Amino acid sequence: MQTQAIPLKGATRFIILSELIIPFILLILGVLLGLYQVLARAGIIKSPDILGINYYQGLTLHGVINAVVFTTFFAVAFGNAIMLHQLRRPLKEGVQWASWVLMVGGTLMAAWAMLTGRATVLYTFYLPMVAHWTFYVGATLLLIGSILPYFLDWIPNTLAWRRENPNAKLPLAVLGNLINFTLWFLIILPLATTVLFQMLPLSLGLIQETNVLVSRTLFWFFGHALVYFWLLPSYIMLYTMLPKLAGGKLYSDPAARLAFLLFLLFSIPVGLHHQYTEGGLSSGWKLWHAFLTFMVALPSFITAFTVAASLEHAGRNNGAQGLFGWMSKLPYWNKEGDRWLFAYFISGLILFLFGGITGIVNASYNMNLVVHNTAWIVGHFHTTVGGLVTLSFLGMTLFLIAKLRGVEVKAKGLALAAPYLWMIGFVIFEIALSITGLQGAPRRSNLGISYLDPSQSHLYRGDWLFWSHIGAFGGMIAVIGFLAFTISLVGTLFAKPVRQPEVDFPIAEAVHEQPTPLVVNLRPWVTATLLLIVISYTYPLYESMTRGVLANAPGYRSEGNSLQPPQQPSEQTSLPK
Amino acid sequence: MDLFEKRAMALALSLVLMFFGLIVYAAKGLQADLPTCLPNARLFKNGQMVEVGPNRYQVDAVAFMWSFDMGQGNTIKVPRGAVVDFYVTSRDVMHGYHIDKTLVNLMAIPGAVTYARAKFDEAGEYQIICHEYCGLGHQSMAGKVIVE
Ligand code: HEM
Ligand SMILES: [Cu+2]
Ligand SMILES: [Cu+2]
Repeated sequence: MQTQAIPLKGATRFIILSELIIPFILLILGVLLGLYQVLARAGIIKSPDILGINYYQGLTLHGVINAVVFTTFFAVAFGNAIMLHQLRRPLKEGVQWASWVLMVGGTLMAAWAMLTGRATVLYTFYLPMVAHWTFYVGATLLLIGSILPYFLDWIPNTLAWRRENPNAKLPLAVLGNLINFTLWFLIILPLATTVLFQMLPLSLGLIQETNVLVSRTLFWFFGHALVYFWLLPSYIMLYTMLPKLAGGKLYSDPAARLAFLLFLLFSIPVGLHHQYTEGGLSSGWKLWHAFLTFMVALPSFITAFTVAASLEHAGRNNGAQGLFGWMSKLPYWNKEGDRWLFAYFISGLILFLFGGITGIVNASYNMNLVVHNTAWIVGHFHTTVGGLVTLSFLGMTLFLIAKLRGVEVKAKGLALAAPYLWMIGFVIFEIALSITGLQGAPRRSNLGISYLDPSQSHLYRGDWLFWSHIGAFGGMIAVIGFLAFTISLVGTLFAKPVRQPEVDFPIAEAVHEQPTPLVVNLRPWVTATLLLIVISYTYPLYESMTRGVLANAPGYRSEGNSLQPPQQPSEQTSLPK
Repeated sequence: MDLFEKRAMALALSLVLMFFGLIVYAAKGLQADLPTCLPNARLFKNGQMVEVGPNRYQVDAVAFMWSFDMGQGNTIKVPRGAVVDFYVTSRDVMHGYHIDKTLVNLMAIPGAVTYARAKFDEAGEYQIICHEYCGLGHQSMAGKVIVE
């Protein structure tokens, strides 16, 4: 375990810095669009578009920028910094530039398609909606760029480190990061299959018809583990950095390793829980995926326990007495050194409590029928990816930018207020959207010009109005928090350097270190992961093809934001009885 | 790993297994189950509603941009206490089919049929809402079940 700062200059420093700054600039647009959505969904703005951006075009941008571009860029930048810092080996400039060019180029291509209304297909781009080819190619380049450092920098560096330190344990942060990108690589494969063999050929006009169900099954083969790809960098921070910032130690190192390995094992073969409400897939297999989804809750429970135990350890270190005294002895508002970062983690954790509970409801098979595709779901993921993930990523972005520029964080008061405002805003947002969801309000809908427009009496749902307004109020508080963060970030970005540029992390020691044999040998874990994927996906994929390969589903192109029907409308074939 | 940790893990495992047991009971015991694969269901292009028995109905619903075809347009009428089998598909892109205040919450998929059953015990109007994005008119895509 390395705790020393490592100086950094030249191209690698520029690359990591820009991989943090570019997505943040896009995120400003993403958050402003979020503000428009929450106001439109409360009927406060009654318009199909804002400043020339259609609601669904904006929603596509919001989802793609916030949940894909921002998260992926950050995961790569953070991974680079962690590997550099923990293994003490330089990254190859050629690899880093190739990765950077692919990611930035891909993002620009997809952004062009979205901004010109040629990809108004939302961030899940479900067939048979078809986007312009630049959208698919752009997304593919972004993903390829994001995986290059893993293969060409991180794995070789880890192997070299192993040769030099044959008896040492792999640093925890390195293990977490490698597991995360192993996961990422595995799930890019099914996504690439549907993009390259179904979506892109449709978009280029090489084929006219497609199988929607197979594409959805492949998409969600990717889609659930995607959320763990967002989450694991946060978990790395919670395990390796939060305890140190709180003034204590990680409660248990082997438990942390076990949690990461369980994520590897269980986070992929669960995608059918996004397809509970779809015909064409057997409910028995849905139940199996539901079971595995509960299993993937285990590592999150372990994390909750370990993090709480570490915080208690820290609180007692800081002089706390009694059973719960430790809670009041944590650095909630501390401008000393790097302590401010604690606020981002603790606010994220509070939001994640809501995310975890609503997530278990979503996962619960038949209970999903109550909430599927309602506003409830939107509430849920703004406390997970929009909560713990976003807050820890933003905090770490500010932290790394300060270190990489050799400056002190500016406007620390605002930097400290930001996560709390965001957290309070999103707790309100989550509760409000949960309630409107239970009342039946759909997600992905511009309610302002339909259900919440009193002039449309056949649609009007006055009973959704109150909580939709509360949701808008919560969203506004979160946006104010984001504004506070932005001011501090911009200040830090232009501050005068006072130190050498460096990469540094507050890495905690562990209370319990002794390795458990279970978590040392990785090979059985990888084998079990692959086996579980094969077991869980062979039959559902086969099943989605038995009907689907024959069924004609012509594509509908996104042009000028609207979906264009196929030129020669083809008859749907009826299937053999 | 120390004792507390082992206990916490055992507790977490028992908790999720208990949740799962309750779900299986609700699905199989109380019959609140999910849509499943119907290998023999035929695909249909047009909507219809047929009375298949005493106060039992079958509804074939076709979703399209931006309404539902259930035989008589986007609205169906059934008497109180009716048991209705819904078969849902799509004529163009993905749509949703969520009947307010019921457990009918389905995806309409081109090339596939999704099925659910509901019993309407209370008189009133139940909105059917498309809850999957399906183009610029999506937000107004709705239908109705009128129970009298
Ligand atoms: C203050 C900030 C934000 C506000 C007010 C906001 C608001 C919203 C609202 C109201 C929706 C639902 C739109 C609809 O279903 O019709 C939405 C969707 C979404 N948001 Fe946010 N959001 C914010 C930040 C974020 C962040 C930081 C992330 C992720 C990192 C995020 C990820 C998403 C995703 C993935 C969707 C789903 C898009 C879809 O259904 O296609 N949001 N947001
Ligand atoms: Cu999932
Ligand atoms: Cu729709």
